[in-house]
Amino acid sequence: MARGPMAGGLAAGLPASQSRVFAVRQLRFWLVNYRRTWKGSIYSSVLSPVLYLGAMGLGLGKLVNQHGTASLGGVSYLAFLAPGLLAAGAMQTAMGESAYPVLASVKWLKTYQAAIASPLRPVDLFRGHLLFSTLRLVMNSGVFLIVMAGFGAIRSPWAIASLPAAVLTGLAFAAPIEAYAITREKDGSFALLFRFGVIPLFLFSGTFFPVSQLPAAIRPLAYITPLWHGVALCRSLTLGTAQLLPSIGHACYLLAVAAVGVYVGNLTYRRRLYA
Amino acid sequence: MADDVLIRARGLTKRFGDFTAVDGIDFELSRGEVFGFLGPNGAGKSSTMRMIGCVSPPSSGELTILGMDPAKDGPAIRARLGVVPQEDTLDVELTVRENLLVYGRYFGLRRDVIADRTATLLDFVQLAERAGDQVEPLSGGMKRRLTIARSLISEPEILLLDEPTTGLDPQARHVVWDRLYRLKQQGVTLVLTSHYMDEAEQLCDRLVVMDDGKIAAAGSPRELIARYSTPEVLELRFSLDEQEQAPDKLADVQAARMEVLADRILLYADDGDEALAAVRSRGLQPATSLVRRSTLEDVFLSLTGRRLED
Repeated sequence: MARGPMAGGLAAGLPASQSRVFAVRQLRFWLVNYRRTWKGSIYSSVLSPVLYLGAMGLGLGKLVNQHGTASLGGVSYLAFLAPGLLAAGAMQTAMGESAYPVLASVKWLKTYQAAIASPLRPVDLFRGHLLFSTLRLVMNSGVFLIVMAGFGAIRSPWAIASLPAAVLTGLAFAAPIEAYAITREKDGSFALLFRFGVIPLFLFSGTFFPVSQLPAAIRPLAYITPLWHGVALCRSLTLGTAQLLPSIGHACYLLAVAAVGVYVGNLTYRRRLYA
Repeated sequence: MADDVLIRARGLTKRFGDFTAVDGIDFELSRGEVFGFLGPNGAGKSSTMRMIGCVSPPSSGELTILGMDPAKDGPAIRARLGVVPQEDTLDVELTVRENLLVYGRYFGLRRDVIADRTATLLDFVQLAERAGDQVEPLSGGMKRRLTIARSLISEPEILLLDEPTTGLDPQARHVVWDRLYRLKQQGVTLVLTSHYMDEAEQLCDRLVVMDDGKIAAAGSPRELIARYSTPEVLELRFSLDEQEQAPDKLADVQAARMEVLADRILLYADDGDEALAAVRSRGLQPATSLVRRSTLEDVFLSLTGRRLED
């Protein structure tokens, strides 16, 4: 670990068990907070997959299926689209739970400043929030999978593994976004992140159509995005086409992105909160 | 007894890039004391408080808190501190009670312990009937009192208060002072910063006057006044045309010192009434005159040539 004046200062050397306890204390804060909004969030996490799968999976799907589904791997458009939306939904959950709540905690409400006066350290706040984001990803992805099953869009028992795959996809966004959000003074940069990050990924990372349909020149761009790996992994699992090596490759890529986010977040949280 | 020194700083320094916010200060704080950092905005008080609170690593110098090193034992030290920050950091979306619950949980306290203490603390800060209300609509004074209650949830050994009454109206400020005075009576060790001399004078057993990152003077309020000012001060206001010439005419009045401010003239004397008679005997007719006792404001003026609250 780096040992600059910022790195070691005030935060060094707690036993791992104590660190876990501290992160859980911060998680409990988010749970108390979530008690106010959980009902609304459940409605939207059920409603949104119903609307998307209904309109695009069934409605648009009918049109697509009439033109033959060879390029979709021979499955219905609904079965092709649903796992894509599962992964893309995880990305959006991550964005929603990571960007504004972090900025609010450090800038608007200043609850982070209150928390670091307690035994908790910046890294504990970061981990605690990641734990909460993970919980929200499990909830939303779980609900999505249930709705998917209701639409008959699950083709393999391996689909159960698409839950951790979707959560991992979300974490590959949550960790870097939190690491970035803690450095911000205003929320203007989040609008840019949405417009030039989340939305293009949503549209071009294989959620709605195979990346093979893109011009060859820009295909590699899609392959380096974490969302493409998340979509490919989730899709292969719900369709039952997963192969061992590509699956490990996708998972490792997502893990690596999340790990970089965690590493950078440790630094940016400390820098922001221990000035 | 060495054991009763809770905080010891030697050459404590905080730099932000080229700017030195705290410039090599020394102080010691004993158990049961109310210790103050008095100084104008930007004197380095808050930076000092953040270092004591173990949320800002010192750039150089030594700092020992409760016998521990903040660089190594931050969490262990913070577990025994209570902090009332300058800006409110309450979660305004939660209720009064939830704020204490969340905060108590940060310290690893059990729910039943938190519930017991919450009842006592909300009584103490006179917010018991607001326990279930959201924090957002509370007044500034109520929020500050809630912050004080929150800082006490862990039964800290040292309570740090950064500008505890800044931004409050006079009445709310007096309520806060009253609560802090009760804590002092209970033997809680308090460290506070202030740019209000009356606050420091009423609450502090001992204080340091900070200016420009350095300690300009240290002692009890009474000692500081005795050392840096006279027992009494004569405040004179003149009509606009007289105000300009008055300092010259007053030059030979027997007084320890004269300060010419924008709107009035201060004469430091052992006996204010005597000084006023001397002023009148020179044919000067002040529009108003006031004899008062010296305060820490006068100490600060004498030390720095500037007023505290400017």
